[in-house]
Amino acid sequence: MSRYLYYPGCSMEGSGRSYRESLEPVCAALGIELAEISDWNCCGATEYVSVSTIPAYSLIARNLAIAAGERKAGEPLVAACSACYLNLAKTDRYMAEQPALGVSVNDALGAGGLHYDPGTVRVRHLLEVILTDVGLDTVRAAVKKPLTGLKVAPYLGCMVPRPDVYDMAADHENPKGLDMLLGALGAEVVDYPLRTECCGGHMSQIAPKVGLELIRRLVAEAERREAAMMVTVCPMCQINIDAYQGEMNAMFHTHHRMPIVFFTELMAVAFGLDPKKVGLGREVTNARKTLVQALKAAPAQTLAAAGVAAGTAPAPVHRPRPDKRALPMPRMPQIPGMADSEVEE
Amino acid sequence: MVVALAAPPVVADAGARFVAEVSARTAGVSRLEMCIQCGSCGGSCPSADAMDHTPRALFALIRAGRRDEVLRSNTPWMCLSCYHCAVRCPQDIKITDVMYTLKVMAEEAHTYPNGTAPGFSGIFIGNIRRFGRSWDLGLTALHYLRRFPLRLPRMAPMATSLFFHGRIGLLPTRIKQRGQLKAILKRAKELERAR
Repeated sequence: MSRYLYYPGCSMEGSGRSYRESLEPVCAALGIELAEISDWNCCGATEYVSVSTIPAYSLIARNLAIAAGERKAGEPLVAACSACYLNLAKTDRYMAEQPALGVSVNDALGAGGLHYDPGTVRVRHLLEVILTDVGLDTVRAAVKKPLTGLKVAPYLGCMVPRPDVYDMAADHENPKGLDMLLGALGAEVVDYPLRTECCGGHMSQIAPKVGLELIRRLVAEAERREAAMMVTVCPMCQINIDAYQGEMNAMFHTHHRMPIVFFTELMAVAFGLDPKKVGLGREVTNARKTLVQALKAAPAQTLAAAGVAAGTAPAPVHRPRPDKRALPMPRMPQIPGMADSEVEE
Repeated sequence: MVVALAAPPVVADAGARFVAEVSARTAGVSRLEMCIQCGSCGGSCPSADAMDHTPRALFALIRAGRRDEVLRSNTPWMCLSCYHCAVRCPQDIKITDVMYTLKVMAEEAHTYPNGTAPGFSGIFIGNIRRFGRSWDLGLTALHYLRRFPLRLPRMAPMATSLFFHGRIGLLPTRIKQRGQLKAILKRAKELERAR
């Protein structure tokens, strides 16, 4: 077991309960020990920073200070909610990058008897921990019931791939990590080009015309790609697409029905856990029935036959041919012996 | 004959001062001064349609020192925090963080174009100050009653479903050290005001 500090975040106790119910057994199965930091507070989501700067960053830094005090041997702090992850990571980075902010935040923390030295705690997202530290081979080895026949649209949303404050992602627009993870579970991963587009965040609540249109695009595209469900890493994306789908259908006079679940829920099911116990069925747009039906309909296959064994990304299923009437795309002349880097210069 | 030319005087015009002010108040190094007006931000923005000005145009207004227009623009309020612009900006400007700063400044000046977003944020952070945690039910109920009472009938089935699936806590969760959090936020507020 490797030990990680764990910041759950508020939604894990309410709207995103199924995330917590599934990620905890999944982590236990993968040898990730999650040590929840004590008496953590809300990260403020995108709301506190919209009202004031120093209080917002002090609020987040209180969690970092607590985490720094509870480390045993330099463990990173793991969050599974995208907004919590980004807020914690940003505070750690910005306090270092802008010393004046660091001084003010520590002045405020001092009023509560706390202090945080930026750079002490490395903040990481659970998906990245599973992909990097655990690895797909270990995940594959833990799969007992491959999700053969389940077509899924991998949906990352914004704040995990961007803005990437630690500068470690190779791709901010189209990363394939989640695709590969779902492929390792035996699921059929559809090519979903909107995987890092925005769900609208709080817009579904404050400006429905803007927010619901973004939700419509995401859901319609997943449906067009024939996904049985979308899979997300973020509680905000989950509740927007799941719970606001009804209002979105009413606004646009559509009849979409697209369930969305957390990636850890599918991991738990693939690891042989009871879907009910890991939160499946808590959705407004029910995913449990869809999942059960899809798995029943698929002929029994072994892991190897499902194409899981090789460490490759699943092949895209649906690739529309280019329209012949469309304008041709410009092509760069190929100059022999010229490296890509030279072309860019 | 060599004519010694004096360096041109650096004129700190209202625009440059406004750029510096916004930049200094932004968390992290904003690099707002580096904007080359390329428009990658507006072209990347999923909510640009709903904005008075694209981010590029807004930055031009900041550079022109048109404070009132900037702080009355709905642009920052329509920002989704999706960070598409921030990773595509060739000058690495922290566009999203600049948008947060502009919201904070508009709230201080009471020039926001519409009270819905600040009202929502206000209820949200009020709960955090009181309990240390966010409280979905308190937030959404009060928000919809205040701003969208007509949406409530449509919300009812969704709220019922969330409730019966155990996803809505009737009571807020409280942290233990609420006094400590209050002291931290009080001091932070004083520092914010002194800026």
